[in-house]
Amino acid sequence: MDFIIQNILNALQWGSFYALIALGYTLVYGVLRLINFAHGDIFMVGAYIAFFVASFLLGPAIGLSPFLTFLVAVPLTMFLTACVGVTLERVAYRPLRRKGAHRLYVVITALMCGLILEYSNLAVLGASRLKFPELVEKSIWHFGDVTITNLKVIVIVTAIAVFAILNFIVTKTKIGMAMRGISYDKFAIPLMGIPIDAIIVFTFILGSGFAGLAGLLFAMSYPVLEPFMGMIIGWKAFIAAVVGGIGDIRGAFYGGFLLGFIEVGVVTVFPSTYRDLFAFTILLIILWIKPTGLFGMPQSTKI
Amino acid sequence: MKGVFKGIGLLVLMMVCSAFLLAGCSEEKSNTIKIGFNLPLTGDIPEVGEGSKNAAEMYLKDINDAGGLDVGGQKYMLEFVYMDNESKAESATNVALKLIDQENVVAIIGPNSSRQAVPAGGTCNENRVPMISPWSTNPSTTLNRPWVFRAAFLDPFQGPVAADFASKKFGAKTAGVIFDVSNDYSKGLAEIFKTSWEAKGLGPVVAFESHGTKDQDFSAQLTTVISAKPDFIFVPDNYNQVALIIQQARDLGYKGPFMGSDAWGTPDLIKLCGDDCYGNFFSTHYAAAGAKGATKEFIERYEEMYGATPADYAALTWDSIGMMIQAIQNAGTVESDTMAMRKAIREGLSNITSFDGITGSSKFDAQGDPIKCAVVVRISDKGEFVFEEAVCP
Repeated sequence: MDFIIQNILNALQWGSFYALIALGYTLVYGVLRLINFAHGDIFMVGAYIAFFVASFLLGPAIGLSPFLTFLVAVPLTMFLTACVGVTLERVAYRPLRRKGAHRLYVVITALMCGLILEYSNLAVLGASRLKFPELVEKSIWHFGDVTITNLKVIVIVTAIAVFAILNFIVTKTKIGMAMRGISYDKFAIPLMGIPIDAIIVFTFILGSGFAGLAGLLFAMSYPVLEPFMGMIIGWKAFIAAVVGGIGDIRGAFYGGFLLGFIEVGVVTVFPSTYRDLFAFTILLIILWIKPTGLFGMPQSTKI
Repeated sequence: MKGVFKGIGLLVLMMVCSAFLLAGCSEEKSNTIKIGFNLPLTGDIPEVGEGSKNAAEMYLKDINDAGGLDVGGQKYMLEFVYMDNESKAESATNVALKLIDQENVVAIIGPNSSRQAVPAGGTCNENRVPMISPWSTNPSTTLNRPWVFRAAFLDPFQGPVAADFASKKFGAKTAGVIFDVSNDYSKGLAEIFKTSWEAKGLGPVVAFESHGTKDQDFSAQLTTVISAKPDFIFVPDNYNQVALIIQQARDLGYKGPFMGSDAWGTPDLIKLCGDDCYGNFFSTHYAAAGAKGATKEFIERYEEMYGATPADYAALTWDSIGMMIQAIQNAGTVESDTMAMRKAIREGLSNITSFDGITGSSKFDAQGDPIKCAVVVRISDKGEFVFEEAVCP
């Protein structure tokens, strides 16, 4: 029994990261119908920004205590990562949108931007891995044979909180209404006097900001950073978002946790070689039964 | 305006032509010996490539500053060509082919890790180019490959060393193992360890869990390992994964010891792992702390030049170059024909029966594998690798 509970906790932590990243995919897709393949790499950039912010704040120039550093690093990392996301939108996606390029070209551009982020990181910082400093003093709690760290609790609670915040923004606020409006018909919306570019920038701020938060938490949980860390996890989170029904916030959230549970479950029962094979076979079967994803509806307003 | 462009175009054309001419010139020079290096300068284990390259640069400087290498009464300059195999198996074979066909090297040193050395060894053997892998411990690297040699001991030796040491030091009856299933080195060593542990008859290997190279979360596997309650956990993994595995195992409440293998032996392990790693043991090729003689001299010079303690792969690369030089001198002459030179070097290598290097002296068996001692190292509370004991075959 303890064994099962421990694995559920493991899966919740791992699923939290998928959910946090999948939310970014789904937001951008919901508004722009664009799969932002660079999102996994924005997550990676977020982790690196968190590293530099934390090292700077801990360093001799400022000299904050680790916990204060954590409190300052969260908003700062989210802000700086959001800047990276907005820059990508400005430099890569907006010019294409202005020229009325087909969605396919924008998706290819996104893939390319992801590679540019990875390799510019490799070129600037080198291949050597970085060690993320310990910001939150770790306490390990034991309940029988089950152990949980405070960091795990922070990660899981953050994922749920981020979902709640995004859900609130999208369904209950005016700007959320505008986002849904663009998703519904982006040609009619400007006629209502809604600044479509501002709304799109806001979407990127939200998506990239939370990717930065995910990067910070990921770097704290797995404190070894490398330039390609965002690639695989980004693809998997994208698949999780599709299975949940891309464009739907609940879908990304549940899809992320579903993938986390399947992966951990498969590794627990089978050798790890079967992890991705079984995990993605199960997801494929879900898509056979419901091609639009768990929460998706065919061609309707999403987000 | 048009004239300016024409002028620039002509200039570029001339430069390109002269570049070709110069390249042609250097082809003609026969008083250099060109050796290729197949190194992981990026990818999963970039420190390994960098350390090996540093050691090679040091050796190259020694020889060339002294006016070159003396072969049969004539001086020859050495030229080292470094290529990056990105720590990938497929890139390692590409690099080997590039070194052979484009660079026309007479011999290759590297790749270091078995994951790259096993496929690249096949390529070198088929193309009849002598190769020495400094750090690869998997038996398949040299097995039935007359052109491939190595400087490190083998996993069938290292596995029992780890098993014996752990049973003696920790008084362990049961063992848990976690390894990288897509890495020849890690998988091979884990299996050999399992066999040799069970052959001891103390108790079973209670958990034998695997993971993938790109994995970052090992909590599911570690939960299985820890719930089987082993007396210690054997982790034959690369240093970057070790850092994550040990930390996550501690988070899951495991308090027992870990035993590692020679892939732990990087100063970066301490950088990434921190005090979670202190007090654990691993088997390796040499211990930098407390070294004597030529080893000490090498370590001091390396520290002076690069500001870091050389890890085992740097020392093994140094020894590999030494073996290669001895093979060239054994050959007696330098042939202008690359194919003939490669054949002569292979003959020279297979004629080496024993070699005194800075990682200890070794004898070679019929397969081209050295028979040499292993060292068990403890990670001290300051993060230094301290000599614990030597195990000889």
